[in-house]
Amino acid sequence: MVHAVAPGTSGTAMPARTLEVEWLGTVPYAEAVELQRQLVDARRVNHVADRLLLLEHPHVITLGSSARGDHVLVDDAQRALLGIEIHDSGRGGDVTYHGPGQLVGYPILDLKPDRTDLHRYVRDIEEVLIRAIAAFGVVGGRRDGCTGVWVGNRKIAAIGVRVSSGWITSHGFALNVDTDLRFFDAIVPCGIRDGGVTSLAECVPGSVPMERVCDTVAARFADVFGLTAEPVQRSVS
Amino acid sequence: MARIEVPMPQMGESIAEGTVSRWMKKVGDEVTRDEPLLEISTDKVDAEIPSPAAGTLVEIAVEEGQTVEVGTVVGFIETEKGAAASTPSGDGDGDDGDSTKAKAKSEPAKSEPAAKSGPADAPAAKAAKAEPVALPAADGDGGDETADDRLRRRSTPLVRRIAEEHDVDIAAVEGTGRAGRVTKSDIMAYLETREEEPSPASAKRPAGTPAPPVGGDGFWDVFYSQVRHPEFSPRAADRVEPMDRIRRLTADHMVRAKRIAAHVHSFIEIDFTQIDRVRQQSKAAWETQGARVSYTAFVAWACARVLREFPMVNSTVSGDSVIYRGDINIGIAVDLDPGLIVPVIRGADELNLVGLARRIVDLATRARDRKLKPDEIQGATFSVTNPGVLGTLVGMPIIPEGTAAILGTGAIEKKPVVIEADGADSIAIRKRALFSIGYDHRIVDGADAARFLARLKETLESFPADAG
Repeated sequence: MVHAVAPGTSGTAMPARTLEVEWLGTVPYAEAVELQRQLVDARRVNHVADRLLLLEHPHVITLGSSARGDHVLVDDAQRALLGIEIHDSGRGGDVTYHGPGQLVGYPILDLKPDRTDLHRYVRDIEEVLIRAIAAFGVVGGRRDGCTGVWVGNRKIAAIGVRVSSGWITSHGFALNVDTDLRFFDAIVPCGIRDGGVTSLAECVPGSVPMERVCDTVAARFADVFGLTAEPVQRSVS
Repeated sequence: MARIEVPMPQMGESIAEGTVSRWMKKVGDEVTRDEPLLEISTDKVDAEIPSPAAGTLVEIAVEEGQTVEVGTVVGFIETEKGAAASTPSGDGDGDDGDSTKAKAKSEPAKSEPAAKSGPADAPAAKAAKAEPVALPAADGDGGDETADDRLRRRSTPLVRRIAEEHDVDIAAVEGTGRAGRVTKSDIMAYLETREEEPSPASAKRPAGTPAPPVGGDGFWDVFYSQVRHPEFSPRAADRVEPMDRIRRLTADHMVRAKRIAAHVHSFIEIDFTQIDRVRQQSKAAWETQGARVSYTAFVAWACARVLREFPMVNSTVSGDSVIYRGDINIGIAVDLDPGLIVPVIRGADELNLVGLARRIVDLATRARDRKLKPDEIQGATFSVTNPGVLGTLVGMPIIPEGTAAILGTGAIEKKPVVIEADGADSIAIRKRALFSIGYDHRIVDGADAARFLARLKETLESFPADAG
């Protein structure tokens, strides 16, 4: 029985835009960064529609803009032995790990005109992932001050994004599907020491096919962002 | 040449500050308009900030790694001779030295080269094309700037919000910040001194804005206008989510509303037998008019009429005065699940029953589709909330700020009741509901509320069969 609400809370529905969803398979980190750079430029001048890139990376540790050196716990020799690359990235956030069994999503969206709010964008991505894992019966949530999606006190998905000139997004999220979680021991994920990591495979009995997760994430992404998803293309551009 | 400020842009509603993570240009570098100038980071997001104008980066005011409030000038661009551009925050030619308010006021609208675009929409904002108008030198006065532009540039959103809440003209505040900007401490100091002077205009204060206390020390301003929700630690299995905008506004409003009005509640039971009879009789006729007449429509109809007899119920306390509202605008609470919105039926007493019913259906539908216009959720002089729709017997609603009362309608259920006919008592099955009124005891006395409820009961129970 509450009564409130100031002006400006009523929204106007925008006509639905298209979301092109593209499954790229396994892509080395540097290649994915370059592809995103090209797509951001193309999106800015409207040569392409909003696009969601879905892919996996080979083992790689990436450093966000606020990364701290001491959050990488392995030295170069150990890294070489484990076959882990290390890269600077142009996204926000600290250190993270990507590797096989992890669904990486890079949305290249134009946030204009109605979504020009960085926090909202990050919260929306969390919402996508919370809904997606809910489809597998996993209850995820947010943690105050710790961006990402958490199952209990363990992190299942990491988020780090970049917004380029003209409100064009790149980078995005990484959802652990059946990632070998031991690789996270090499880093302090996103600078958070209390609380570990988890994966869908760890939370769900039976197997979790990457394809199903892909389709679910794409569908929830379209829902949350009010876009119309085009079928996942199984090709590399 | 003109010197243009580059402000820390507003990159989201809940974002109050940003960290300069990287300058992509050095002092002396040339930039084109919209070319990425610097990078800021906030939370998990890095964002490129485009240059507001073509020119040369001549000064970096905020170094990499520093965190500053939204609106703070982080650097300066000097444009080519004769070229003018407006920054996303609506700056004109952007001198940084002058700050005399007299000038801003004396030359308000000689010409307006600068766009009055919304405050700092950053990359999204399109800088308006401005024809050069003999721009002053960099040390000079910003004669071509409108007062509006100047004010906006001179204060952060936080300061502007405080100014708005306290009805302060920022131009009247002495600024001690960079380039004469009014800082938060400036405006707080101003408010304190202002309170020492009596305010003759309290009756003109808009509804919902508490009057400034006489001779306070800022405490009462804060008490009436600001809400802080205490924090609690989450436990392992918990989920922590930030409140969205509607939730936060609701939370603040509820606390303020309860803090200010002296809440009292009274109850009455109302028989709906007659209303039911009218509904049965007229249903077919209404259907041919395409109208659905709910119980709520009857209640709103009765309230609109009875409120005229009880001006204190349709009023609000404002400072040391009482504003008796001339219109009867009834707010109807609509459950959005989650969330709630209160669209307003303006001039409710001018509508007949079917007109009210149509209006309620229209407002509720658009409320659920999030298509209400801002003025359709403002200006209520009285409210109705219906917890009964979900089976609740009745509730004790909070009185919305700026009004004196709210009606709560309980579930309409069949009950055995004792009725008296021809001097003999008998038990009958009747449709009845509990109604409650929450009223501000500062202005509405208990007997007023009792009389109001009695009149409402009488009006509904003897609803004329031909009123539809």
